[in-house]
Formats: sequence, C-alpha cells, structure tokens
Amino acid sequence: MTDPSLYNVLYIDLTEGTYEVQERRDLFEKYLGGTGVAIRLLEEECPKGADPFSPENPIIFAVGPLTGLYPLASKTVAMFKSPLTGNLGESHAGGRSAVAIRLAGYGAIVIKGASKRPVYVSIFNDQVRIKDATTLWGMRSSYAVGRVLREVEPGAGKRTIMRIGVAGENLVRYANVVVESYRHFGRLGLGAVFGSKRLKALAIAGTRRVEVDDFKAYAKVYEEIYKEAVRTEVMSKYHVLGTAENVLPLNAMGALPTRNLTQTKFELAENISGELLAEKFLVRKMACTHCPIGCIHLASLRIAFAPGHEYETLIIPYDYEPIYALGSMLGIGSAEGVLRLIEKVDGLGLDAISTGVVMAWATEAYQRGLITDKETMGLRPNWGEDVDVYIKMAERIARRANEFYSALADGVEVAASKYGGLDFALTCGGNEVPGYHTGPAALVGFLTGSRHSHLDSAGYSIDQRALRAPMTDEEMVRQLVEEERFRNVLTSLVVCLFARGIYKLEVVSKALEPLGIVLSSEELLKMGSEVLRAKASFKAREGYSPHKLRIAKRFIETPTPLGKLTEERIRNMIKMYVERAGLSDVYGPP
Amino acid sequence: MTNIERCIGCYSCMFACSRLRFRVVSLAKSAIQVKSAGGIERGFVVVVCRACVDPPCAKSCPTGALVPRPGGGVIFDESKCVGCKGCHEACIVGAVVWDEERGLPIICNYCGFCTKFCPHNVIAFESVGRELLV
Repeated sequence: MTDPSLYNVLYIDLTEGTYEVQERRDLFEKYLGGTGVAIRLLEEECPKGADPFSPENPIIFAVGPLTGLYPLASKTVAMFKSPLTGNLGESHAGGRSAVAIRLAGYGAIVIKGASKRPVYVSIFNDQVRIKDATTLWGMRSSYAVGRVLREVEPGAGKRTIMRIGVAGENLVRYANVVVESYRHFGRLGLGAVFGSKRLKALAIAGTRRVEVDDFKAYAKVYEEIYKEAVRTEVMSKYHVLGTAENVLPLNAMGALPTRNLTQTKFELAENISGELLAEKFLVRKMACTHCPIGCIHLASLRIAFAPGHEYETLIIPYDYEPIYALGSMLGIGSAEGVLRLIEKVDGLGLDAISTGVVMAWATEAYQRGLITDKETMGLRPNWGEDVDVYIKMAERIARRANEFYSALADGVEVAASKYGGLDFALTCGGNEVPGYHTGPAALVGFLTGSRHSHLDSAGYSIDQRALRAPMTDEEMVRQLVEEERFRNVLTSLVVCLFARGIYKLEVVSKALEPLGIVLSSEELLKMGSEVLRAKASFKAREGYSPHKLRIAKRFIETPTPLGKLTEERIRNMIKMYVERAGLSDVYGPP
Repeated sequence: MTNIERCIGCYSCMFACSRLRFRVVSLAKSAIQVKSAGGIERGFVVVVCRACVDPPCAKSCPTGALVPRPGGGVIFDESKCVGCKGCHEACIVGAVVWDEERGLPIICNYCGFCTKFCPHNVIAFESVGRELLV
C-alpha cells in the first residue's frame, strides 16, 4: 500500500476558523489523487448551482501518489467552481506547491467558507493557523506579498507561498493565484475565489517523509526515469528555449493569433521569439521542486526611470502563452514591451491569456467605435503602438475602474454581450482562447475540453500531424478523446504534462508498483475515462452543454494552416467527440 | 561546489541523499541542503560538508563520536553520540544538518551519490590534494 499520509485530507473552514483532517483512503485508492480525487471532493463539497463567489464554493488542492517520490511529479491540481465559466474550475501549478503539500502530510486540502476580514492560512506539518492579512490586502503587487510572507513563514526554500493580487481581491473573474512569484494557477479564476473568501495567501511547508513499500525497486525505477529525463532529447525543448520556442514555428505555419486573430502571422514575431528572448534577456532557468528539467525561464529587464543613469531591474518569467496573449494578440512586437506587460499582469494577479484576449477585443471594439474614450477613460488602444496604454488598461481592469472595465473584468463574453462585438470575442466555453489557430482539432479541443484549455487534449499537435499527413475528422476526434483520457491519468498522479513523453502508461504502472499500487495500462486508461466523465458530469450539472456552445465567427473567418473552417464541421466534430468519449448520456441529445 | 549560480533548484540532490542514506523520501533527511538565496530570482545556496582538514565539528564533539577523517572531513560513530548539538553549532556553513526526529546530526559520508543527480553540474565529486570537496 502507498504511504497513508497521502490519504489525509485537510478541511479548513474560514467561516468558523476551524480545521480537521479526515482520512479519505476511499478516494485515493480509487482515483489515485490529483484530478481524480479533486473532482470527487468538488462533487461532495460544491452544492449544485452554488454562486462561485459564495462561501459554499470550495477550493480544493490535490497531489498524488507520485508527488515527492519521482522526478517531474511536480504539480498541484486546484479545483473549484469557476467564476468565469460558471462550471468546472480546474487549474494546475508547480513551483514548490506539490512537494510542500505532500511533505506537510496531506494528499489534499479543502478550503470552505469565507472570512469576514482578510486572512492568510499557514500550514506547517499538522499546525494550521489562520492569520490576519489586513496589512497585505490591497498591496500593489503580488510579488510584494511574497516578500512579506517569506520573512514570517517557516520552511525557506521548500515551502509554497500562494497568493492573489488586487485582481483577485476585486473578484476579476479570471484572476489567478501566483505561486513562488513565477508560477501560476492561471486559468478560470481561482484568484477571484480566493478573493471572495478574503483569503489573501496560503503558505505550506512540511518536514515529513514518505515511506515506500519496496524501496529497492523504487530507487531503480527512479533512476530510469531520471536518466530518461535528463540524458535524452525527450524533454530538452522545455529546458533550452522553454515553451517560448513555439513562437516562430507557429508563426511560420500561420497559426499565431495576431491582433485579435485578424491575422495568423505576426510580422514582428522574431522580436518576441524564444530565440531572441534567450539571447538578449534570459538570465536564469529554474525548476519546480523535484523537476530536473527547469523550464522556468526568467528574463532580466533594465529600465531607465530617470535621467542620470537611474535604472530599475525587473526579473520576469516568460512562456509561450503570455507572449501570444500579451504580445502578438495585441500587436506588441518588442520583447521589452511584452516583458513589461507580463510583469504588470503578473503583479496584479491577472491570468495572462484571458487578459490579453480581453484587451485584444477592447482594441478592436475601440477601433470599430463600439466603445469610445468615455468607456476607456481616455485610453486609446491601437495595437502595439503604445504598451503603456495596455499597462494602464490592465490596472483598470484589476481595479474595476468604471462600468466598462468592470465588464472587462467579468470576461470578454460579458463585455461583448454588453457593448457588441461577440463575433470577435474569442472564448471557447466561456474561457478566453489559448494561442493556437492550427486547425479544427485545436478548436474542437478548446470547445470540448473540460478546462477549455490547450492542455486538455492538445489539438494543436493533432492539427500539426494532419498538416504532414491528412487525417479525417473522425481520426482527429479519436485522438482528442484518447489524449484527454491519458492526460487525466497523468494529472491524477500528479505528473507535469510536459513529461508526457516520459510517463507513458507502462512507465506509470512501473512507477506505481513499488508503492504497492498495481494497475495495468488498460486499468489506468479506464480510470482516466472515469475521471473525465466525472468532470463532464459536474460541467453538465452546472449548465454546460457542448451542443449549445457559442462559436465566435472570427474562428471561422480567419483561415488556419489546414484551411478555412466551417461552423457546421466544428459542430459535427463536437457531436462526434461526445459520442466517442461516451458522454452522450451525460450531455443529452444535441 | 563548482557552479552554484547554475543551480535551478530542483532538489534532486537532496532527494538522492535521503534515498540512499535513509531509504526514505524526504527533504529533512539529507546531508546536502538547497536553500533559496532570498527570493527565487536571486538563485540558490547549496550547503554541503566542505571536508575541512581540521574540522571544527570534530573538535566540538565531547564524546569522540565525530573524528577527523584521513584526507579531510569527519567520520561519525552514532553509538557514541549524546545529541549535544555542539557539532551542529560549530559548523558555520551549516553543513551539519540536525535530524530532529532522531536527535542526531546528519553527517556527509562523501559518497558522491548526490552529484549523479545534478542536471546542471552544480555539484561535483572530486578529490583535491588532501582535501576532499563535494
């Protein structure tokens, strides 16, 4: 059997100011951990139809049986009801979070209720304290919150400090939770749920150990996985240029959404490419705890703030998605500009993708006259012309500065419903779209995926394979479903999805065996399907239907590398997805 | 310590030490310690026994549980240790880690296993004259 500390679920009630630990062997034995356990806890804790900002909405963090034990098992799964989409909220982050939770002695943490005044929660092994955060509330930057807590909380270097920025405090529906300054529970608004509970931060550290059934076998499998990770090419792209490597290839194939997807090639892509950033700005690479790859790329940006050689130096994390959303989508073609905007958006605690897509819509809406200087409070967005306009816009969104910015803070769909321009409001299932206009598989994946994310089923990879060798729509859908099931296995363990090339199903079985968990590839995939089904059931329960999805005209009008799409074809593929995934009974007839 | 500024903070070395020495998975039981240098952007500090030729930890030991090792460093005899923590306090780099659970110091035994799990060659195992450096 696996180390029983994994079965400990810590329940914290912020209304009552109490906590308790329950042994939930039932859940972990059946669903391993991570996504699998979190969705069951969400079903249990979140009442049907709950307001995402009510005390009823739980925040759930879960790790899994591989956490702490194997390289690349470095991620924590968060679940909640999303204030952005109104259904499943699921977001993953690394940093120190996963290993910290496990070594503090827990498999999952559930936070319920809401505090009357700002608080932060400090967890050190079995000590759980709810502490006053009045002084931290309203602090201008999420970085500063980390600097304060770093001094007062135990476990330096091995702890996680999750915190929200002003966007979360102001319930911006796509506010994120910043982890260790440079990682994020980015998507679907976890930060706003924190804010609704007056929960500013969560610090977790632990000094426990994890026992292993068959240590000799474990150490052997460990070394095999470690060697595969560092000595082969499987993961090198994540370390070398990082995800920013995607900018130029996507641009070359005409799949880099540019200026609110009016274009798919950005003439200034080279200026914001992974290559240029690495050459001119990269100063350090970092890793999540227990990841020997180190995909976190940190840039250094020196900015003159006054005459007389007065400089400030910012350290800024960059990845493909923020470069797309805060770069090409806004027509910003300078690395300095993109980095400054990333720094601002991270500091405010806004999700980079949603913020970029929202501001791209606002730019187009302004140009078309749907909104005027009155709404923008004098800001005149004109694509990449002036980065400061976007920096100010992000600040105003985070503070809900007026009615217009408040609508932007509710997501681009809300804003476009109010001011017009739904045809170019780029969401899938209510979530602002990631940066891959590669073809039908990507779009269908965004629309059907349980998180409406590129990480659900990676349709962009399928599209790229289809570019090399033509593929039928049926085959694309088959691959989407298969990939999503497989990924739900990995996120239940919890293994970083970047390590999917290493943790093949047979490797997963092999890694679990020394821990006393015997599961074949088939059994693992079956569990992945069950988890996917449970997530779909939650989504359906909260009103999501794949048959009622809005498909923005812009997705159809702008050609992909695989040609122009049609709405009929996409809707047909969605139907095929529902059948293929065995979810017809969950979602009902079209 | 060869290239400290190259550390990515993956902690693989610490997990390696706890795996080999204590047959557990832990960040508390490791003779090598990775610490943040004060905010992740500033990088990391890696603390490990420098294998002093005239080790202060051994000099502080009242029972002879820690004795100098030929070629540098110390040898630890657990049966003689009374848990006074003198060695822990004597080591100014902090390389004598205190095992709170067992009330004993964790002393590096210079096996070099941790260096096999450093993806960035931050640490290396080498013999330098009489002094053994990890």
